[in-house]
This record gives sequence, structure tokens and C-alpha cells, in this order.
Amino acid sequence: MDWLFFSEIGLAGVGSGGLYALTGLALVLIYKATRVVNMAIGEILMFGAYVFMGFSAGLALPMWAAIPLAILVTGLMGGVIERLIIRPMLGESAISIFMVTIGLGSVLVGLVEIIWGANPQRLVEFMPSDPIFIGEAYLSSKVGYAFAIAAVVLGLFLIVFRTWRGGVALRATAGDQAAAYSMGINVPGVFSSVWVITAMISAGAGILVGSIGGISPNMGVYGLSVLVVVIVGGLDSLLGALIAGVLVGIIETYAGAYLGGEYKMLATFCLLVLVLVVRPYGLFGTHEIERL
Amino acid sequence: MRIGTAKENYLHDAALFDTNVQRAWMVALAAALLVLPFISGQYIGYLVCLVLINIVSTTGLNILTGFTGLVSLGQAAFMGVGAYTVAILEINAGTPFLLNLLIAGGAASLVGVVVGLPSLRVKGLYLAIATIAASVILHFVFANWTSVTGGVSGLTMPPASIFGFELVQPNQVYWIIMPITVVMLFGAANLFRTRIGRAFIAIRDRDISAEVLGIRLLRYKLLSFAISSFYAGVAGGLWAYFFRVITPESFPLMMSIFFLAAIIVGGMGSILGGILGAVFMTMVPEILKMMVGVLSPIWPDAVAVMSPVRIIVFGGLIIFFLIFEPDGLAEIWRNIRRFFHLWPFRT
Repeated sequence: MDWLFFSEIGLAGVGSGGLYALTGLALVLIYKATRVVNMAIGEILMFGAYVFMGFSAGLALPMWAAIPLAILVTGLMGGVIERLIIRPMLGESAISIFMVTIGLGSVLVGLVEIIWGANPQRLVEFMPSDPIFIGEAYLSSKVGYAFAIAAVVLGLFLIVFRTWRGGVALRATAGDQAAAYSMGINVPGVFSSVWVITAMISAGAGILVGSIGGISPNMGVYGLSVLVVVIVGGLDSLLGALIAGVLVGIIETYAGAYLGGEYKMLATFCLLVLVLVVRPYGLFGTHEIERL
Repeated sequence: MRIGTAKENYLHDAALFDTNVQRAWMVALAAALLVLPFISGQYIGYLVCLVLINIVSTTGLNILTGFTGLVSLGQAAFMGVGAYTVAILEINAGTPFLLNLLIAGGAASLVGVVVGLPSLRVKGLYLAIATIAASVILHFVFANWTSVTGGVSGLTMPPASIFGFELVQPNQVYWIIMPITVVMLFGAANLFRTRIGRAFIAIRDRDISAEVLGIRLLRYKLLSFAISSFYAGVAGGLWAYFFRVITPESFPLMMSIFFLAAIIVGGMGSILGGILGAVFMTMVPEILKMMVGVLSPIWPDAVAVMSPVRIIVFGGLIIFFLIFEPDGLAEIWRNIRRFFHLWPFRT
């Protein structure tokens, strides 16, 4: 066995796992605060990447302007989605809201195809392209930098989440909506801001994912892998999303390298089935007790 | 309820059709179904067959999701199992089509039961996600088990034949599809007049209470999966006879979402809803195509915009119905009927 190759694949897996963890974080945040599983996360991610392309390639803005603008626009769109589509569904069954987000994903795909066309595109290069060597192992610079950025964002976010007042409000809402409301927390405001924040995170992840593999309207399939990540980690566990993200990234990359590209999805979904059968609430999720 | 139709005994109460007017309409509908292939052209015949196949599959999903409350995104994959079974039997064994369809339904329901096994431990969203996993895995099997499924290039099969007469055109395959659809619809409608169907509804309304009432959850949930996938398998078999080329891409995850959308738009937990939803969702893209045909002389880009607009309309319909009319087209239909039945009174 070629250990160098093995470790290179492992590194690449950890790298893509960082992006999974970042997007998984967005999914977990929405679920924690609003009890909505957002099936459109992959499409929001794709939308963010396309908006970035619109600013950087279409309007030829410099990177320092295009990236924040794309993230802001996508965040704004997240807020609009929450107000128009998710808010009226408040109190409906989880399955209905799940279906609404599937419908939303489909609408976003259609919008992107109308505005930017259905063909795959490449993003403007903005990361240095000289390869990184860790020991002797080669790592594609894009994957490396994407992982570094994802890790920094994740770390920042976790700190903010622990210390900032808004983060506390969010955690209080996640714990008990009624109690949070009666303690004077603006729960609808928390809902809106969570959608804005997660849309911004997804846009950032979308720009990173797109700069590695290019973008296309089918990019939303990425959301399926992220779904596996959060189910494996536990739908309401931030730590779970981080660990499962890296785990899924590694498994997927190894399956792709040793068995062939078509085994990637198979491997992640077999992992999903295994987790659902053994620990349905995920590795770190809360085991909900059902009362009559 | 129509004015002046008091239900005087249990038979009346349990009847599928409660008035003679309704029965008369059913007779008219049956006559129309029998005459249709003689007067319809190729295109209408094609559409009708497609709608009927979708009705069978949607009704199957409605049994599982609308009546038992178990959300599944694997319906298209189960249809795929049925379609491949039919194709393999038709190519290798040449058995009669009715037997093939039955075996296809059986094979699909076996797969459905295996997929449904986690349904006792996981429910709601988790179950939906488990069925996504199942459809991804089945897709992989279709694409990579080359010796049986023909791999990515798929299978091409001979047409069905009755007494040596080959059914090639849509208007000919119609004579297989239409009777089977009607039988399966009546089967589904009658299912909910039996103990099994009532047990499904009890499980949907509150599974723990149903268990307390003596309904074996595992058995009935698996039964629901089996029946639903049986419908999907038969629908897939009909699909195979209709198109006669089956590839792994024929049954994408999007198709499962289509069926789920059809029962949402039509109305969950109502046989009529499944029918209306399947008809509506199949016709919407066709109507869009017609509109493009009308618009393209004035607006040359219409054809290019068609495909994304279809995706947007598809998603928009799901969102619209969930927000504004969660009971779907069936409820709208009932409201219209109520208006006329109660006239001149208002509801």
C-alpha cells in the first residue's frame, strides 16, 4: 500500500470535510433555532456562488468587494425567504415545512438557470495556486485554503455563538421557544436573523466549493451530502456537524479514490443508513423522548 | 353532503358513491374512458397514458404518506424496481404481461418492506431521509449491476402482446394501462373501508394511540410500505411497457419529489386528491409547452426559458399549495361541489 497516496487522499478528505462542516453548521443552526430542516441549503449555496460569479465576472468587481457583496445579497435573500415562505408555515407539521424547502430549492434552481443559464461555469480564481506540502504529502492549494477559511469561520462563529447576546438569544430560542418569548426575546427576530446568517454562511461555503469544483445549477446535490453530515452528527448538535463533516469528507474521498467516483454517494448514504439504524438521533444529537 | 340524501344505514354511510347522480357521472366517465382511444390522436393518447401511470404511482404514495403518515422520497426508485423487473422478465422469459406486472409489484413491495424496516425506529423527517438514501442506493444498483440491468445504457424491451397482437402505439398500450389503473384505484378506495385501511389512518393520526388500541405498528407500517411500493412497482411496470427503454436516469430523485408534490397539490389522504394531483402536475408542463408554442412567434427566447420556468412553476406550486391550500385540489373540488349542492344556501 502506498502510504503517501493514502495520506494525501486523507488530507484532501479532511479539506472537503471542512466545507461540509461549514455548510452542516448552517443546517444545524436553522434546525436548532426554528426546527426546520432546510432541504434548500444546497440551492442557497449554489445561489451564493452564482451571485459571486455575477459580481466578480459579470460586473468585474475586485475580490474584496465581490465576496462580501455576494454574501450580503444571499443573506438578504435568506431573510426574504424566511418572511415570505417560512413564516406563514409556522406551526405546521415538520413534513410540510420540509416540503416547502424542497419547493424553494426547485424555485432557486429555476431562477439561477434563467439568470445565468444552465451550463456549468468556472469561478474567477482568487486563491493562490502554488501547491501546499504537509511533510511530503501534496495538497491542492484550493482545498487547503478552503479548509483554512472554513476552519477560521467556524472558530469565529463558535466564539460568537457562545459570547454574543444574539448567540445567547438564539440558544435560548433553541432550548424553549415559549420560555424565550416570555423572557422578552424577540423570537421572530431570531428566526429571521438565523435565516440571514445561515444563508450568508452557505454563500461563503458556496464560493469556496465553487472555486474548487466549478459551479452549475446541479450544485444543489451538495445539499444531500450535507444532509447526511447533519444526520450522522445529530440534527441539533454543532459539534456533531463538525466531526461528521470531516468524517463524511474523509469517507467520501477515500471511496472516490479507491473504488471510483460513482461510489462516493453510495459510501456516504451507506453511512447514513448505518447511523439511522444504529443511532437514529445521530452521534451527538439529543435523543428526544416522546410523551403522550 | 347533498341536500336530501340522508344516510339511513351503515351501508349507505360506507358506500363509495353516495348518490345516483354520482353513479351516473361514474358511468359517463367509464364510457368516456372506453371511447377515448378511438377519438384521440397520438399526442393526447400519449398524455393520457402518462397521466394514468402517474395516477397509479401517486395513489400508492398517497396510501403511504397521505393515509399512514410516513413520508417517502423513494417512490420513483420503487417504480424503477418494477420497471426493471418487467423488462428483465419480458426480455428473458417472455411471460404474459399481467404476470410480469404482478411480479414487478411484488418485487417492488419486497424492496419497499426492506426500506420501510427503519420506520419503527425513525419517523417523520428521518424516515424521509432514509428513503432518500434508499433511492440513491437503488440508483447505484441500477447503474452498476451491469449484467442484470444493462448498466448506464439500460434495457430495451419488446412491446407487450395480447393473443399475439403487439401493443406499440400509446393508444394500444392504453388498453393495458387504463383497466389496471381503474382496478388499482378501486382497490385503494376500498382499502380504507377495511380494518387495514382504518389502522393506517389511526397510525397517521397518532401512532402511539394506535398502538394502545391494539394496532401492531411494525406490521401495519410495513404493510403500508408494501402496498404503496406494490402500486409503485405496477406503475413502473406500466411505464416500462409504455416507453420500452429503461435507464437508471429514468427514475431520478426528482421524480419522487414529483409524486410527493402531486399528493400535496392534490390533497393528502384523499383518493380523489391523488388523482387530481397526478393529472394536474402532469399537465402543467404540457400547458407550459403549449404557451411557449403560442408565445414563440412574438418572443423568440420563449423556448430557452421554458425549462427553468417549468422548474420554478413546479417548486412554486408546492409552496403555494402548502401555504394557501394545505388540503389541496381535492378540497377546492369539494368546496365547488358543496356550493352547488347547497345552493341556494351558503356554507
